[in-house]
Amino acid sequence: MSVKPSPVFKPVEAPSVPVHEVPPVAVLPVANAPRRKVPPRVRRYLVRSLALLVALLLWQLASSTGFELFVKFENVPTPVAVWQALLVELSSGEFYLHILHSLQRIGIAFALAAVLGVSLGIAMGRSPLAEDIILPYIELLRPIPAVAWIPLAILMMPSEESSIIFITFLGALFPVVLNTCQGVEQSSKLLVRAARSLGASRTAILWHVVIPGAMPSIVTGLAVGMGVAWFSLLAGEIISGQYGIGYFTWASYTLIEYPKIIIGMLAIGGLGTLCTLLVRLACSPLLRWQKRGGH
Amino acid sequence: MNSATQLNRLAVLDHSRLARSQEGSSRKGHISVRNVQVEFGSDAGRRVAVQDANLEIRPGEFVCLLGPSGCGKSTLLNAVAGFVEPCAGELRVDGQRVKGPGPERGMVFQQHSLFPWKTVKENVAFGPLMAGVGKFEADQVGRTFLGLVGLSAYEDAFPETLSGGMQQRVGIARALANYPSVLLMDEPFGALDAQTRIMMQENLLDIWREFHNTVLFVTHDIDEAVFLSDRIVVMSASPGRIIADIPVRLPRPRSQDLLTEPAFIALKRECLALIRQETLHAFEQQNATH
Ligand SMILES: Nc1ncnc2c1ncn2[C@@H]1O[C@H](COP(=O)(O)OP(=O)(O)O)[C@@H](O)[C@H]1O
Ligand SMILES: [Mg+2]
Repeated sequence: MSVKPSPVFKPVEAPSVPVHEVPPVAVLPVANAPRRKVPPRVRRYLVRSLALLVALLLWQLASSTGFELFVKFENVPTPVAVWQALLVELSSGEFYLHILHSLQRIGIAFALAAVLGVSLGIAMGRSPLAEDIILPYIELLRPIPAVAWIPLAILMMPSEESSIIFITFLGALFPVVLNTCQGVEQSSKLLVRAARSLGASRTAILWHVVIPGAMPSIVTGLAVGMGVAWFSLLAGEIISGQYGIGYFTWASYTLIEYPKIIIGMLAIGGLGTLCTLLVRLACSPLLRWQKRGGH
Repeated sequence: MNSATQLNRLAVLDHSRLARSQEGSSRKGHISVRNVQVEFGSDAGRRVAVQDANLEIRPGEFVCLLGPSGCGKSTLLNAVAGFVEPCAGELRVDGQRVKGPGPERGMVFQQHSLFPWKTVKENVAFGPLMAGVGKFEADQVGRTFLGLVGLSAYEDAFPETLSGGMQQRVGIARALANYPSVLLMDEPFGALDAQTRIMMQENLLDIWREFHNTVLFVTHDIDEAVFLSDRIVVMSASPGRIIADIPVRLPRPRSQDLLTEPAFIALKRECLALIRQETLHAFEQQNATH
């Protein structure tokens, strides 16, 4: 028997990359553009910045004149005062210590919630028995806000620090569990069949099909969990005696250092957003296949 | 084509030739379906998807399962694949009772069956990897089979960036990478446009000529069935059962030109008449028993 090594399918060439790229922006004929126009994207960002600037100006005006109509601006520091206070804080080591403590609590609580949440979510998604055992707890505990946990956390946990971490952990846990579970349950039957017919074992299917398929949901769960973790941390840090950005905010209120309240608020918002972004960034290599898809 | 891929291709062919010669006269890929019954649902919602199916397929035979939508073609194919368990009868491949899916029965689905998170090469290498050959060797096999379907240039692409026809080629390469004795295909070209479909049919026959494994190919397209197969097994709906078994004695190798030849058209007409006659006959029988 002789078998010719003839090409069975004609090879398809990969799309060649042109050496000289076409300029990405179309060049408009001069006659049609008498005035230089601002590109629409830039213009929209200009409008957005202006809108913020207007708010700052109004705030400055309201605070400096002590505007009062139902809402009192008498004790609200002016943007200028906040700015000055921020400069002072940024040059003090104390401020960074607060941030460091909060970040540490977030780090521990989030890591615990991620590991436990993903594991529980996978177990629930794969086994109806596991789901029936775990889900009632989640449905019961999830609606309880972080602040409501404070007294019990203090009674249950060995230290103040662990109470704060516990509250933060709880906040992050539920979104991670629920999103993971949903992602695992939605894994494609067709792909599982394909894997089975290729000889994959149950473990291999979990690893190569179910978990990668659930990854978009898991990442969403982690990102939402990170947001809720900050939310809960702030509640927890009410009981903190010394450090933490939440403590910093509350203490500024009691110490009548009003500009520092605003600084605390802005720091919390900024750090929360930053951490959520970091979670998404850290997970993005796992979702590389999604971005390249045509959708 | 560079010399490395040439070598790879030769290696594949050697392997398939070797597999054939080792088995000598008793080639693999014999499918035996005896009195197979498949039902879905229970009690009141019970319905028969496949009724008393009997079918013998010789090793290396290309058989098309033809019938209208919903007549139970996929169900019968899935029973052979091991995804669906018959409630009565016996299913054997090479004498072994079918108990579940296995890599010796490669499966090609209609569409969207590639793992979107794996590159094209990783998809094809998945079977060998599961067989435990190790990552490096699995990748080699993956590359070789991608070369076989002409997609070497896309090995690092993700499936969703490929056209439908290319994705199906990857699906075929992935199933073949396990050197299956039986290839089960469920309307693999059903979602492609007419031109691509014809090209894919030709290409499939070329591949089959080299591997010469048993193929059970589900379709509802009579042209496709006549063009591809050695034998057409016709199914009819409610309840799904086999009503005709038509030999196709057209010369091979076949190409697109065959579609307009008198012999092809004559056979197609013959098939249509037979299907019509059998369908009417089946209806009468059904009416008589009710
Ligand atoms: N998993 C299932 N559960 C219940 N009914 C099914 C299932 N799969 C197929 N059926 C039914 O069995 C019949 C045959 O389906 P199928 O084998 O998919 O037909 P075909 O592939 O010929 O279009 C259909 O009536 C379909 O509704
Ligand atoms: Mg079908």
